[in-house]
Amino acid sequence: MDQQRKVAILHLLHEDSRLSPETIGAMLGEDAEDVRRVIQELERDKVILRYSAVVNWDKVETSRVTAVIDVKVTPQREVGFDAIAERIYRFPEVRSVALMSGAYDLQVVVEGGHIKEVARFVAEKLSTIEHVTSTTTHFLLKTYKADGVIFDDQEEDRRLVITP
Amino acid sequence: MANRMDDVISLGVGEPDFVTPWHIREACVYALERGYTSYTSNRGLPELRQAIAEYLTGFDLHYDPERELLVTIGGSEAIDICLRAIITPGDEVLLPEPAYVSYRPCAVLAGARPVAVPTRAEDGFRLTSEQLARAVTPRTKALILCYPNNPTGAVMDGADLAAVAKVVEDHDLLVISDEIYAELTYGRRHVSIASLPGMRDRTVLVSGMSKAFAMTGWRIGYAAAPPDIMDAMLKIHQYTILCAPVMGQLAALEALRNGRAEKERMVERYDQRRRLIVQGLNDLGLRCHEPKGAFYAFPDIRSTGLSSEEFAERLLQEARVAVVPGNVFGEAGEGFVRCSYATSMDQIQRALERMERFVRSLR
Repeated sequence: MDQQRKVAILHLLHEDSRLSPETIGAMLGEDAEDVRRVIQELERDKVILRYSAVVNWDKVETSRVTAVIDVKVTPQREVGFDAIAERIYRFPEVRSVALMSGAYDLQVVVEGGHIKEVARFVAEKLSTIEHVTSTTTHFLLKTYKADGVIFDDQEEDRRLVITP
Repeated sequence: MANRMDDVISLGVGEPDFVTPWHIREACVYALERGYTSYTSNRGLPELRQAIAEYLTGFDLHYDPERELLVTIGGSEAIDICLRAIITPGDEVLLPEPAYVSYRPCAVLAGARPVAVPTRAEDGFRLTSEQLARAVTPRTKALILCYPNNPTGAVMDGADLAAVAKVVEDHDLLVISDEIYAELTYGRRHVSIASLPGMRDRTVLVSGMSKAFAMTGWRIGYAAAPPDIMDAMLKIHQYTILCAPVMGQLAALEALRNGRAEKERMVERYDQRRRLIVQGLNDLGLRCHEPKGAFYAFPDIRSTGLSSEEFAERLLQEARVAVVPGNVFGEAGEGFVRCSYATSMDQIQRALERMERFVRSLR
């Protein structure tokens, strides 16, 4: 299967990871067995890392806190930013780490059960890491859209049931 | 009936399930903020006609935006005023059927006698020159074509159209070509009959924004025709409509200028759903030819022993799935139902499950 078809499979799974190989096969005009094999390859090659659900946690937990932290670091000889990023992403409370261009270097997203938990993490863990020169913490107030999904309850289909 | 029932999955809708792309809606909001609320030229905004002319060159069609293009209230108005412009009472208009439900009444209102030309599932519901030639009489004035077709999803390629064009020329007919689904073709490029040699001067091309850009409710369409026919259409348009709404025209301009990527994304989605529903219908025992355009599957339900009406009504009552019985699109549609796949993948899968249970219960 060519690269373009693989990307198409990935897009479909990214949107709905519960689609069966049979359904994907029907949608793309491919054999279900071929789709199954490609998905296995993609899993083996760590292109697909995990299957998860997009959850609107605001509807479930009230105390959950998310912070987006801008981190400035001094890159190290030989390893650049990677070694520091690794020291940061090993903490389980860290949800994501990305190297950014612009005013700061690493964008770190941290989740905790309480604002104090996050504050403690920043003060005691993050800012004490060697080569971290500064941190700016922003608390996330509301998620409107994430990973292409709009979180507000959308209106139902407004079309008439039958139209010519 | 379907509108009053709960938990109905509708495969009966003849419009995109996508909302108009945000950049197009935003362009309209901006136009209102700037105070674009007045009439436009009868023919439509010059910039929009220019954009339509450029857009049509993609189909090898070349029209003068000053004299040969008209912005209308959806393709529907274009069909109506075209028929009114060309028909002398008593003229016959040929309608390949199954066909969209408006052509026949519009022809009657214009004083014409509509004559059905049946197309068949065996031909992929394409119009053949033999069937067309058989229907022509000395009173025949025009032929209404709609490919990609609602309700069958049939498309006509260059060779199919060339055969039809020959009959049209031999009998000196006009063609009204409703190409509203031109952008919704799968694995092939749409061919317009107006791009064939000799056909431009006897064709009125009708199209619009509704299907390609998910803009049904905006009611912006257009017609392209040689100047003599266009002048006659313009007269009717200017006294009955004056002009299409300016904010919709500005949104259409945005769609034509910057809508390509979103349009292609939507077409890709339709294509995936198309494959899924066609395979699903065949799997559950309703033979379905491959629709190569529009967003309709038109399965053969004769194996169930029911008429189109009975099938659609019982499917709704017993399985809560709404489809459109094929006979409403003309006699040639009897024995078939129209299933629109302009609905979410999830709904299509659930509808197919319900239909499978229903079809099994009949056997």
